[in-house]
Amino acid sequence: MIESHISLLLVVIPLLAAPVTALLPGVRLPWLTALLVSWVCFALAIWQFALVMDGSVISYELGGWAPPWGIEYRIDIVNAFVALIVAGMAAITLPYALRSVEQEIPKHQIPLFYSMFLLCMDGLLGITLTGDIFNLFVFLEISSLSSYTLISMGRQRRALTAAYQYLIMGTIGATFLLIGIGLIYAETGTLNMADLSNRLPAVFSHHTVHTAFAFIVVGVALKLAMFPLHLWLPNAYTYAPSAITVFLAATATKVAVYVMLRVVFTVFSTGFTSDTPTDDMFLLLGVLGVLVASFYAIYQGDAKRLLAYSSVAQIGYILLGIGFASALGVTAAVVHIFNHALMKGALFMAVGALVYRIGSSHITQFSGVGRQMPWTFGALVLGGLSLIGVPGTAGFISKWYLVLAAIEQQAWLIAAVILVGSLLAVVYVWKMVEVLYFRPASDTGETYREAPLSLLVPTWLLVIANIYFGLNADLTVGAATTAVQVLGGIPQ
Amino acid sequence: MQFILDHYNYWIVIFLMMVGFYTVISRGNLIKKIAGLNMFQTSVFLLYISIGNVSGGTTPIIAEGFRAYSNPLPHVLILTAIVVGVATTALGLALVVRIREAYGSIEEEEIHKQDESF
Repeated sequence: MIESHISLLLVVIPLLAAPVTALLPGVRLPWLTALLVSWVCFALAIWQFALVMDGSVISYELGGWAPPWGIEYRIDIVNAFVALIVAGMAAITLPYALRSVEQEIPKHQIPLFYSMFLLCMDGLLGITLTGDIFNLFVFLEISSLSSYTLISMGRQRRALTAAYQYLIMGTIGATFLLIGIGLIYAETGTLNMADLSNRLPAVFSHHTVHTAFAFIVVGVALKLAMFPLHLWLPNAYTYAPSAITVFLAATATKVAVYVMLRVVFTVFSTGFTSDTPTDDMFLLLGVLGVLVASFYAIYQGDAKRLLAYSSVAQIGYILLGIGFASALGVTAAVVHIFNHALMKGALFMAVGALVYRIGSSHITQFSGVGRQMPWTFGALVLGGLSLIGVPGTAGFISKWYLVLAAIEQQAWLIAAVILVGSLLAVVYVWKMVEVLYFRPASDTGETYREAPLSLLVPTWLLVIANIYFGLNADLTVGAATTAVQVLGGIPQ
Repeated sequence: MQFILDHYNYWIVIFLMMVGFYTVISRGNLIKKIAGLNMFQTSVFLLYISIGNVSGGTTPIIAEGFRAYSNPLPHVLILTAIVVGVATTALGLALVVRIREAYGSIEEEEIHKQDESF
């Protein structure tokens, strides 16, 4: 019974739980509800992933209306994989959130916080699961509106301006997407993505379709923080509450990348994009993103902002994979979606643990703290190694495939850029490590205790996952390889 | 010329879109930015409604003697988008209220100045 409704349950459970959570009294009870919901969703997401792992497709008709007229949830390995990342990151962020949120957010707002968290997770899951492109827009707005709220709950007042800035840019992006959807609906008369991929080829030559494609790509690029449309991201990640930075960094941009993959490869297919400069644009902006954002990261004085710029650079790598438009390239992109969620999750959690004790994310405040908080420091170092792409960590696997894809297309320059990007990552990770471990502790004589277990355990779970998926890439690469076949339209 | 006149609704959409978009980018006042964003969104609502119209079509009600009717789906879609737009505006304005409480200003430049002095 449950098996046939998993995809819908993944959306309905958090949606119903969110208002309930808002009404619950106290601090622990709303947290416990959110935690339970996220764990149930994680279990369902694993189950769903197991069902489609062989490359099969599950179609769920909402309200019994057959597609393409009704809304269809269409689950294949690509979106089951992304849904697994979203639900998994929520399930691991919430145990972390308890102590961190208690410290950062006024008590009376905590039930609302968890309610918004559930809505945000719900929106992100909805985006991945739906097969209807207008439904996708609605879920995108659910996740966006809740993430603006969550970001504005940060401790400093700059969280408010960061949320406002993100609201303006995010809404422009979503409206662009809406324009694009309207135009392709005008051309084809359908909103179902699978149906669109059948009907669009007949009208590929129309200007309207080209315009629609441009609007959709720019709109989604704003949401996924493609360089140079990333301006909202550094502030949003820096001033959001620690737990939210972890969750959004690991999932929000990844889900937008998934939308880009769907639009470029499934809805429009390479038959369309090969006549447009899409691939070159992704490659160019990917290269610029990797280089410029990594340079910016080196000069940041705030650890969260440093990691935020590094996120923009990592998005650059994913875009390179999409830009290659080859089986290897897209495999690398899909693997990196997963691996980047793991590494940035671990790193932001470690920095969040430092913020929990020190009360600031400025690197200058970190002097010598690494020796006082060895477990947090260890997690930061291992997460950093994964970010750099050292063999034996998850980051190595995705970069390895990306470099292979570059070599396959004899794009030597891009292969070099990927390596330079890794070297720049060494510089900015070292910048944090140096201050944390090798600088003497500050003169004030303040010593910091190790972060509480409820922060350390989730952090280390992610660190261990980084190493596990670095040594055993069967699951990630296997899923990504099947995903590339399912996405369709990519030359093998 | 006739082509331009026949598609006057689309010209209105494009005009509104550009006015709204320009307002969002160029104004420093946070409320004016939201107003611009609203115009930008409204233009898209008009675009959808225009798409649904069928020349000579009636409202989509089944009745004797009426064959051609306008496509109701874009109108339904846009109802959803209007709700989303209202929610976005409400949240945006709420943020402006909080920003004004925290900074005592809703001018972008003034806020930047205060942030940099720290």
